[in-house]
Amino acid sequence: MMFAVDLRHYLVLSAILFVLGIIGILSRKNSVGILMGIELVMNSAGINFVAFSKYVAADLSGQIFALFIFVIAASEVVIALAIILRIYQNKTTVDIEDIKDLKC
Amino acid sequence: MESLSLNLALYSPEIILSITLGFVLIVQMISQSRLFTFLTALVGLMVSAGATLAIKSFSPQFFFANQLSHDPFSLFFKLFFIIATFFTFLFSYRSYEIDEERGAEFYLLTLAVTIGMCTLVASINLLTLYLSLELVSIVSYALAGFRKEHPASNEAAIKYLLYGAFASGTMLWGLSLLYGFTGSLNIYSINATLSTASLNPLALYSMVLMVLFGFGFKITSVPFHMWAPDVYHGAPTPTAAFFTVAPKAAGFAIFIRFFYSVFANNSGLPDQWITLPHVDWAFLMAILSAVTMTLGNLSALWQKNAKRMLAYSSIAHAGYMLMGFIVLSKEGLVSILFYLVVYFFMNFGAFFVVGLLANKTKNEDISGFKGLGWTSPLVAFSMAVFLFSLTGIPPFAGFIGKVYLFSALVQKEIYWLLVVAILNTVISLYYYTYIVREMFLVKPVNSDKALVLSPLHVFTLILLVIPTFIFGLYWEPLFKYVSNSLQFIVIP
Repeated sequence: MMFAVDLRHYLVLSAILFVLGIIGILSRKNSVGILMGIELVMNSAGINFVAFSKYVAADLSGQIFALFIFVIAASEVVIALAIILRIYQNKTTVDIEDIKDLKC
Repeated sequence: MESLSLNLALYSPEIILSITLGFVLIVQMISQSRLFTFLTALVGLMVSAGATLAIKSFSPQFFFANQLSHDPFSLFFKLFFIIATFFTFLFSYRSYEIDEERGAEFYLLTLAVTIGMCTLVASINLLTLYLSLELVSIVSYALAGFRKEHPASNEAAIKYLLYGAFASGTMLWGLSLLYGFTGSLNIYSINATLSTASLNPLALYSMVLMVLFGFGFKITSVPFHMWAPDVYHGAPTPTAAFFTVAPKAAGFAIFIRFFYSVFANNSGLPDQWITLPHVDWAFLMAILSAVTMTLGNLSALWQKNAKRMLAYSSIAHAGYMLMGFIVLSKEGLVSILFYLVVYFFMNFGAFFVVGLLANKTKNEDISGFKGLGWTSPLVAFSMAVFLFSLTGIPPFAGFIGKVYLFSALVQKEIYWLLVVAILNTVISLYYYTYIVREMFLVKPVNSDKALVLSPLHVFTLILLVIPTFIFGLYWEPLFKYVSNSLQFIVIP
């Protein structure tokens, strides 16, 4: 039996990843965990771009966009880990609940 | 070859900024002198501003393979960002929060943000738009956490990063849907497809909302504002002043360009727009504007920290500026641009005074303002001017800015929002005048000494006070310049 993968399957996959990412962002207390949720959201958008580029658009611009998303995601992680490392050195925790000095 | 040199010429302000960015590091390394580094950065900015003025003579056009647009709108904002960065550098000089030996890093990061913003306002392609937006955001995270040893600064950075990355991730998903529905990354082709094809309103709404997530984050509109008070509070004061002005203006610029090019069409009348059928985002934005200004002003009432109070006030001002966004006419957009210029001088000035005071007291509590009018009259007087202007009291520039925003609303007969805005102005009077009262009506403690000001600080303060006065009395030239700047090319 032939089972053809079409645009819909990619969109369902990326929608699932997107929702999982959002759930991760909202439920995690560890800042590295939240960061992983954000990565899921960004890469699900990347899947969207590649799928749309193959099935909808006539050009490769979507696939190029996906490449740039990897680069942006990587640089965002670099900055994020640097900041998290600093927080760990200053407060010996990376739990977002414990980082709340700025209140009035 | 001809076209390459033309493209490079049109991109010259950003290229000069990039070269400056490198030179700042080299000069710091060779001379080991804070002053030389500082001067290099300032000269680079001035040359870049000169280049922006020089390329004005080229006719409006697209360049770099239809990725960027050269038009009066983008030139206006490029000049705005370069001037804002210039003042930020003047501010950062001798600030206690920027270490002497790390000055070059500060200039480098701020210049990188400026390059990002200059590219952002010119971009007409989703890819360029996203990349430059991330250049602004990612470097801003590092700038917010510039004081590495301070938990407050760390906290500002991590909060900015988590909120920002979430917002831009969601926006990215919205952009991918836009690409999927239209098959193009160019905003004008997207608009052409969206206005002819009859799409499901639900799909259109979800795209508008997702894109709004990213832009609303940049301009600190409710409900995407939660990061702003913490970030402006925890970041070094020069950076906080920069954040409240420049990236916010960049957010408004790309917000205007994107929404008026993609989700709106010309209504047939000159300088009037209508939203796409079935997607009444103007009404949605009107509600956001009312909530943003009310929430900003009400929260500002309770603050004990001057930086945090100004952060909430800057949220409220984003609400005021959104009023010009929803009227869908040229008058509304011109009033936003005008208000942004005026807002730059008064808000930056208020932050500057807070920064000067913090250099002495090492904190930004409002109680530090007690008796400032008696010990340092010049500083206190300037602060009073900035605060009255932020409230919108007549002889100052803020009043004229508000008048233009309100008159745009009156022309469209949106009276309920006008009433909300006027009530908000009254609320804001309380917390702005509270500081003035602390400065002038409370006698200083005997031990209080006058602030120590370097000539550069006095010069910067006067440079900020004079426009706040002048544009309140004689605003015609600025208004003309702003009206002429409101042209983005529409035909692809």
